Amino acid sequence: MKQAESTGTLAGQKAFSYFPGCSLHSTAREYDVSARLSCEALGIELKELEGWACCGASSAHSTNELLAVSLPARDLKRAGEVGLPLVAACAMCFSRLKIASHELQNNDMRKLVQTVIGQEIQKTARVVHLLEVVDSRLDAIPVKKPLTELKVACYYGCLLVRPREKVAIDDAENPQLMDRLVRKLGAEPVAWAFKTECCGAGLPLARPDIVLKLCHRILAQARQAGADCIAVACPECHSNLDTHQEEIRARYGDDARVPVVYFTQLLGLALGLSVQQLHLDKHLTDPVPVLSSKGLA
Amino acid sequence: MQTVETITPLPQSRLSGYVQKHSGQNPLRCYQCGKCNAGCPVAYAMDLGPRQVMRAVQLGLKDHVLSSNTIWVCLQCQVCSARCPMEIDIARVMESLRLLAILEGYPVPEKDIELFHRIFLEVVRRHGRLHELELGAMYNVRSGHLTANAGLLPQLLSRGKLSVLPTTIRDARAVREIFARAEAESRKAPAAES
Repeated sequence: MKQAESTGTLAGQKAFSYFPGCSLHSTAREYDVSARLSCEALGIELKELEGWACCGASSAHSTNELLAVSLPARDLKRAGEVGLPLVAACAMCFSRLKIASHELQNNDMRKLVQTVIGQEIQKTARVVHLLEVVDSRLDAIPVKKPLTELKVACYYGCLLVRPREKVAIDDAENPQLMDRLVRKLGAEPVAWAFKTECCGAGLPLARPDIVLKLCHRILAQARQAGADCIAVACPECHSNLDTHQEEIRARYGDDARVPVVYFTQLLGLALGLSVQQLHLDKHLTDPVPVLSSKGLA
Repeated sequence: MQTVETITPLPQSRLSGYVQKHSGQNPLRCYQCGKCNAGCPVAYAMDLGPRQVMRAVQLGLKDHVLSSNTIWVCLQCQVCSARCPMEIDIARVMESLRLLAILEGYPVPEKDIELFHRIFLEVVRRHGRLHELELGAMYNVRSGHLTANAGLLPQLLSRGKLSVLPTTIRDARAVREIFARAEAESRKAPAAES
C-alpha cells in the first residue's frame, strides 16, 4: 500500500483534500467558516473530501477497535484516490485518521480492514492538521491588522500532541506551534502550564461533573496567566471550554469567564476579515467585548 | 560466603499476557513510580488509579480490574503514556482492558458513559455522520437525565450551532455494512482465559 505525498513539503502544497468532520458542520460551524476564509486569503485551496463519513471518534475507539480503524480507513482510501494530502481541522478526526494510517501499515490489520470496508486499499493520503499547514507558511502570512496587545493562552489539548510517535505535531508538554502563529499575528502568547491538559473530551453528557472540573481548572489557569482569550484547534475542546462557563461559575463560585476562540478566527482577524465573517459573535462566552477593547472588533 | 537471594521477576499472569498480546505493551515493565497517577486528570474519579491498575494487571486480578470504573472513566488523554519512564503506553493498556471487559460481558459501572458511546455509534451508523441534536435527545431520553444540557439548547439554536435535521451521506449503506462487518469480525477475536 502506498501512502501518497508522504515526503513533500507542506509549504509548497497549494491544494488539500479537506476533512471538516461532523462538528464543523454544526456546533463548530465557526471553525469551518473561519478555516475556509483564512485559507482562501492565504492561497490555500481546501477541497472538501466528497462523501466523507464520521471517523468514529472516541466512541468507536472505546468500544470496537476494528471499527475505529475501518471508519477512517474508508475516508483515507477516498482521499488516496483524490491524490492530495488530507487536512483535518478537528483534532479528534486528525488523531483517528493518523492512527488509522499507522495501523494500515500492518499487513494483517490492513487485510482485516479491507474485508470490513469491502474494498481494497491501494493508496491512502498523507494526513495533516490545519495548524501544521498554516505553520508551514508562517513567514508568508500577510498580516493586515496586527492583534496588538491581545494576550492569548494557546490551548492544544491532547490529540494534537499525543501519542508522540503516531500523531504528535509538536511537543507533548510545551508545544509552540500555535504560540508561534499567535506571535506572528501580532498578539502575545502567555506562558501557562495547562496547554496540553485534558478538557474532559467526550464526557460532557455522561459525566458533566468531570468536564466542569477540568474546564474550570483550565479557564482559571488561563485567567491567572493574564489571557484575554484562549485559542483552540479542536471543536470538542472549544465546546467544553466555551459552553459551560455559566455552570462553572455557578458551581465553583469564581469568575472564570474567558472567551474561547479558534486559531483560525484569530488568523482571519489579522488577515483583515471581520468579526461577523469569522462568526466571532457566535460563541456563548462572547469574545467581542475584549476584542473591541483592543480595537480589533 | 552468604548467597544473595536475587529477586525473581513476577511471572506473567494470564491477564497480563492477554494485555501484552492485545496491546503490545508489557505490564511487567511497570515499577510503580506513580507518574501516571500524578498526571492523570481523572484519577480522582477512579476506583483504581492507573498505577493500581498496572499492579493489578501484573498480579492477574482480573475481576478487580475489569469491574472497576477506571477503564470507563479514562479519557484517553494519554498523559500517562507520554510520561511513563518505562515507555509503557498505559492508555493503550486501559483500552485493551475496556475492550476485554466488553467482550466478556462484565457489568459496566459507568452506565451513562457506555450508553453515550452506544448512542453515538447508532447515530453514525444511521447517517454515516454524527447528528448532535439526535445524539443529545436520545441520550437524555434513554439515560433518564431528561434535562442534561437542555439549558444550552436555546443559545445553541439561536446561534445556528445545531443542525435540526441530520445530514445523511449518499452511501450511508456502505457505512452500515462497515459497522456490521466490524462487529462480526470483532466477535471472532479470542477472549482471555480466566
